[in-house]
Amino acid sequence: MAQQLTAKEPTAQQIVDQKIYQQFGVSDYEFGLICDFMGRLPNYTEIGVFSVMWSEHCAYKNSKPILKKFPITGPKVLMGPGEGAGIVDIGDNQAVVFKIESHNHPSAVEPYQGAATGVGGIIRDIFSMGARPVALLNSLRFGRLENDRVKYLFENVVSGIAGYGNCIGIPTVAGEVMFDESYEGNPLVNAMCVGLIDHDKIQRGVAKGVGNPVFYVGPATGRDGIHGATFASVELSEESEEKKTAVQVGDPFMEKLVMESTLELINSGIVLGIQDMGAAGLTCSSSEMASKAGNGLELYLDQVPQREKDMTPYEMMLSESQERMLFVVAPEHEAQAQEIFDRWGVICAKVGKVTDDGRLRLFHKGEQVADMPVKALVDECPVYNKPSQEPAYYVENAKIDTAAYPEVTDLTGALKQVLASPTVASKEWVYNQYDYMVRTSTAVQPGSDAAVVTIHGTRKALAMTTDCNGRYVYLDPEVGGRIAVAEASRNIVCSGAEPLAVTDNLNFGSPEKPEVFWQIEKAADGMSEACVTLETPVIGGNVSLYNENAKGAIYPTPVIGMVGLVHDIDHITTQSFKSEGDVIVLLGETKAEMGGSELQYVLQGKTEGRPPQIDLAVEKRTQNAVLEAIRAGLVASAHDLSEGGLAVAVAESCFGTGFGASVNVTTELRADHALFSESQSRILLSAKADKAAELQALLTERGVVNAAIGTVTAAATLNIQVNGNQGVNAPVEQLEKVWKEAIPCLMK
Amino acid sequence: MKFAVLVFPGSNCDIDCYKAVEETVGQQVDYVWHTATDLSGYDAIIVPGGFSYGDYLRCGAIARFAPVMNEVVKAAEQGKFILGICNGFQILTEANLLPGVLRRNENLKFRCHSALLEVVNNNTPFTNQYNEGEIIDIPIAHGEGNYYCDEETLAKLQSNNQIVFRYKAGANPNGSVDDIAGISNERGNVVGMMPHPERAIADILGSSDGKRMFTSILNAWREQHGAAVNG
Repeated sequence: MAQQLTAKEPTAQQIVDQKIYQQFGVSDYEFGLICDFMGRLPNYTEIGVFSVMWSEHCAYKNSKPILKKFPITGPKVLMGPGEGAGIVDIGDNQAVVFKIESHNHPSAVEPYQGAATGVGGIIRDIFSMGARPVALLNSLRFGRLENDRVKYLFENVVSGIAGYGNCIGIPTVAGEVMFDESYEGNPLVNAMCVGLIDHDKIQRGVAKGVGNPVFYVGPATGRDGIHGATFASVELSEESEEKKTAVQVGDPFMEKLVMESTLELINSGIVLGIQDMGAAGLTCSSSEMASKAGNGLELYLDQVPQREKDMTPYEMMLSESQERMLFVVAPEHEAQAQEIFDRWGVICAKVGKVTDDGRLRLFHKGEQVADMPVKALVDECPVYNKPSQEPAYYVENAKIDTAAYPEVTDLTGALKQVLASPTVASKEWVYNQYDYMVRTSTAVQPGSDAAVVTIHGTRKALAMTTDCNGRYVYLDPEVGGRIAVAEASRNIVCSGAEPLAVTDNLNFGSPEKPEVFWQIEKAADGMSEACVTLETPVIGGNVSLYNENAKGAIYPTPVIGMVGLVHDIDHITTQSFKSEGDVIVLLGETKAEMGGSELQYVLQGKTEGRPPQIDLAVEKRTQNAVLEAIRAGLVASAHDLSEGGLAVAVAESCFGTGFGASVNVTTELRADHALFSESQSRILLSAKADKAAELQALLTERGVVNAAIGTVTAAATLNIQVNGNQGVNAPVEQLEKVWKEAIPCLMK
Repeated sequence: MKFAVLVFPGSNCDIDCYKAVEETVGQQVDYVWHTATDLSGYDAIIVPGGFSYGDYLRCGAIARFAPVMNEVVKAAEQGKFILGICNGFQILTEANLLPGVLRRNENLKFRCHSALLEVVNNNTPFTNQYNEGEIIDIPIAHGEGNYYCDEETLAKLQSNNQIVFRYKAGANPNGSVDDIAGISNERGNVVGMMPHPERAIADILGSSDGKRMFTSILNAWREQHGAAVNG
């Protein structure tokens, strides 16, 4: 593809006559607008630049009306959406910076590099704000692991994430992996990075000060990743394999050097504006920086470091070569900046100048080769209100009574089946490939509800998680959207932290389909509602549409990345039972809610009906009470009930502890419903025997339904009775083996 | 006493080692850049983990040509304490300060988890605070930790008591020869190990068994310099 492009560029007239712009995803209508803004026909470089800036990936042209729904402000929000990443105050002049981003399509065709560069990109978003990255998370979705292609994707996505994160030395501490045929052919790879910053070091991507020089930092530009942003904004197809040239190649060693030198530059205090080159590379960083400052920019493309011969302006502007940054300093600080990068052995080249005319002008070989209005590039892409329609499946599903499946009598067998389901099974196979301990701050390691990372020199810590059950969102986008936020928040609270804010990654199918657009709208409504009630504003995120495979759209999967603040490391709580004789307390009400449950998926092979319902007021009340109890020192362990319900939660709380549990649930429900329903707003706590009464009194006083359902036992047996009748009875070791070996077995 | 933590392009456990020295023994510690040409002011040199030079060519193969490595060789000859951790171990073998090589893990995957080690030799400047045969919990995080040497070298390591740590029997994570996790040179003043003691210095991190490596070094230095020295 690259070779063809360099051969001979079409003329402006050919672009119109042959409608070449359509290949770049520009519609006839949009092309007309571009011509109006330009006052003439755009040449090949110009239409290339416009097409990436006006892609969904950069312009959010289909999702802007959706994004407006989210609450984005709050008393602690220092920076909301719009910059590289959002920022939240955590006191003592410190703040936490975080963002999530998808690399779905690149990972579908080139899983190792696709995933690796996804990690690299999100790290740059964090350190370009001036923050020191302290943790990585990732949220992954794949098809069924029995499929060979899925195994290949899973194996290589995980090693791509490991390869990048391990080398750069940022611990990968948390995340989630789910498997469902809905994601076959279109896996989801969402990477999140969390950083720490002092308030006075916060940077912005602005090209300030007319006449100031613009610098390029990082490795030379090659032909990789050309049109990556456009590629992300169309459906994958049979030809996608050919688009491997649109996938970038990562070099984490280089990024480590760029990161250290950039942070040193920022700490020197001379930077006026800085932005990473992510999607749409030089094009996006230069035009956005100019736009935010209300200025223009000139770029001298001969000065751009080039890795390959005879690169054209089009190629340089659209390349997504990795590990590159753009920054502006005052002329008197040029030498100081250059010295820093020289010492780190990182290329730094002066490639442009800030101007006052609001134009992005490109010069190459002594000629002006492009001249475009910055405002049109950045702000004038049309926004579409896509038609929306309630899908037929949603109506049909209302008629399905998921509580009416035949009763499961072998509950121990059912538990084993659910524990062996890759979505529920131990993800040790995954996270043991990630260095989750480097930086020696990881207090709660992967495998818990949320990871906890301590803040050096303080008693504070950050809790972090990603969550989304796409099955719930599919069955009822609004309810599923609420649950995604609520569950993330619940995980944060269970670790002993106060939820702070959200970064979201909206992974959906094609917005051109009214049924998909309906899912997006409804899910956003649900998420917004939950964000308001749970006081966790959305401070940034990413939209990934056009996630489709041969069978249609993926399950709507709005992944929630959430960060919370642990006020004192003594509050850090994990899901594991702590000592014999501790009382196990179940919070919340269990209903016969089997729609979208793991048990339904495992036994019926279906995802149908309505998902569990959620009352956000109850959720908030429960979370507040649990956090209060943790801070009062009443809680020994806390575990959110999610996939697999109560049975899985009790089993997981036993794993790795050497303890067992003896539980008796009193209920009017069928035993299989009591143990495997995925009713929301439920948490499993354990407390020392002499504190259990105080804990329960506090919960009751706060209006939280709770029941002491059993005790932690020295005998490592899981024994769960329902109304005194035998439910689950098995050695913990046996259950743990099933849970631990499921994924390694499938990957052999 | 004074510690140096070397920094190569791509080192990423340098900060952790620096913090560990501060927090465990509270001695003076400096980052020393790979271009440095004088280590005479330091009593102990830590070669930290990470991916020096991106692990390009072969782990540690490029780092061993960094100017500072000539000084490390000199310091080793002078009997100063040199500890290579993970990539630092790889660099020390590439620099021929320690015998053998580190190959890719047997299962060809990067592995990160806690690991149980047996203290085989507690008579070194790095392990004098442990008991011989003691089992300690020190995490690993590496893709190329599979220690290999020929039989002759292995026999020498065994007879000279140069095997400092072994993975607990039956829990070798990488396929290393004789379950080796860490070795010393003949003189005992240079130790290389794949596990990360600097990651095991506080209970909140999962283990504090690594603390005694640092107190051992201070103890050895004090013994060398007489108890009167106020380090």
